[in-house]
Amino acid sequence: MPEAAELPTRREEAWRYSAVERLQGEALDDWRVIDIAAGETFRETLLIADAADTKPTELHRWRVSVGEGARCEIFAVLSSAEFARLEIEVTLGKRAHFELGGITVGGRETVREIVTRTIHAEPEGTSNQTVRAVHWGHGTGNFLGNIDVVRHAQKTDAAQDFKGLLLEKGASVNAVPQLEIFADDVKCAHGASVGQLDETARFYMAARGLSPDLARRLLVQAFLGDALVSLDDDETRESMMGIALDKVDRAL
Amino acid sequence: MLKIDNLHAQIDGKTILNGLTLEVPAGEVHAIMGPNGAGKSTLSYVLGGRPGYEVTQGSVEFNGQDLLDLEPHERAAAGLFLGFQYPVEIPGVSNLQFLREALNSQRKARGEEPLTGGEFLKLAKDKAGLLKLDPEMLKRHVNVGFSGGEKKRAEMVQMGILDPKFAVLDETDSGLDIDALRVVGEGINAIMRAPDKGVLLITHYQRLLEVVKPDKVSILSQGRIVRTGGPELAIELESEGYDAVMADA
Ligand SMILES: Nc1ncnc2c1ncn2[C@@H]1O[C@H](COP(=O)(O)OP(=O)(O)OP(=O)(O)O)[C@@H](O)[C@H]1O
Ligand SMILES: [Mg+2]
Repeated sequence: MPEAAELPTRREEAWRYSAVERLQGEALDDWRVIDIAAGETFRETLLIADAADTKPTELHRWRVSVGEGARCEIFAVLSSAEFARLEIEVTLGKRAHFELGGITVGGRETVREIVTRTIHAEPEGTSNQTVRAVHWGHGTGNFLGNIDVVRHAQKTDAAQDFKGLLLEKGASVNAVPQLEIFADDVKCAHGASVGQLDETARFYMAARGLSPDLARRLLVQAFLGDALVSLDDDETRESMMGIALDKVDRAL
Repeated sequence: MLKIDNLHAQIDGKTILNGLTLEVPAGEVHAIMGPNGAGKSTLSYVLGGRPGYEVTQGSVEFNGQDLLDLEPHERAAAGLFLGFQYPVEIPGVSNLQFLREALNSQRKARGEEPLTGGEFLKLAKDKAGLLKLDPEMLKRHVNVGFSGGEKKRAEMVQMGILDPKFAVLDETDSGLDIDALRVVGEGINAIMRAPDKGVLLITHYQRLLEVVKPDKVSILSQGRIVRTGGPELAIELESEGYDAVMADA
């Protein structure tokens, strides 16, 4: 099959793809399949960082099914590649939980994005997604999040929270939440906002002796922190945070 | 120690400081009083180097150095401390982390060794104790959820930890209850009363001045110092008000 034919064209799928042309030539059918048995906890981290083996396009597609009462935790930092994309399609069983903490950072002309499709297929499932994006130059950060709640998935509790921080004019972030809810007894919260560094806080910090770079680092760290609070492993959390912060420090 | 000469400054093209001249020698506490909108906070921000506050004329000398030539964080490292009228909240950054980074940044700029975690913690607890602030509050995020009075007390704990040479304190007494006012006043004395230190104490009330006895009192009005006297000037202001006292000037 010619590669072009694999590129998404269907209109109802548009939410999934921000930079379709960048997917040219990528193996779109290449999904990593993760099955989590009932009652199990699965935790995975993904780090896309500056390294010799980081490709210009980093496409990671994971298809996860979470069994009854099981738990899936994914934490990701996307801080390298011209185009980095983590796409997760997760199907939740009864009382299953999906936790996502995602960070995108980047400048120049890069696009870094997290795309989720969360299918609440059974009752009483919960999901909590927190994504923080810090961009500069002409960098773009995207969070495209679709939540499906099927008709009998009553007492679903789904939350999505996205915040973008733009360090320079020219950078951008986009949040495209999409909710398809067919059950009636459902809690579904989503929030998205975008802002810049707080100038008043920066002056306050400078007045206490912090250099502009260090003040920025502390403010960015505070901003990104939300995405990793539920990561219950100090060492991993600190190293993920360090990668994101060092990236910002090196670039600016 | 601090020598302000004919200072003019503007915000958004509007002149706020208009030929302000004031000198504070080492060892002195100089109180500044003045009506709302006179430019007291503007003076403190200009001294601190806040972006947007443009000096159009005049000079400020700090221990022989051109203060206006320094970046805000360099002014702090040079020994200048600004106590904010409205202390700023920084969600996500704990007081301990903030102050340790701040202190060690200043020390580094001065060519001194950084404090270790343990040394810093001891210092922070000490100063919290001096200001009767629950040390547990230092674990919380900077000023987030602090009451008005707690914020002011926390400012003084910060000052104690950073141990500056010169402090500009902008209405540190506002929002404090009567007991806290005494604690904070005594804290200012403990931290800043020394032959090689100085304080510019901006206040609206005589009450703080009963604890931190100023050597001089000046009235700032419409962007300049219109009258300077001893502690009795504050008492006169308290009983007669600005209009009457300035009419005498
Ligand atoms: N960003 C700004 N843009 C325009 N004018 C400003 C700005 N900030 C302050 N001003 C004006 O500058 C003047 C001096 O303000 P400042 O805050 O220095 O007064 P103050 O003496 O500290 O008063 P208070 O006793 O009420 O604290 C006021 O008229 C105020 O409205
Ligand atoms: Mg003021």
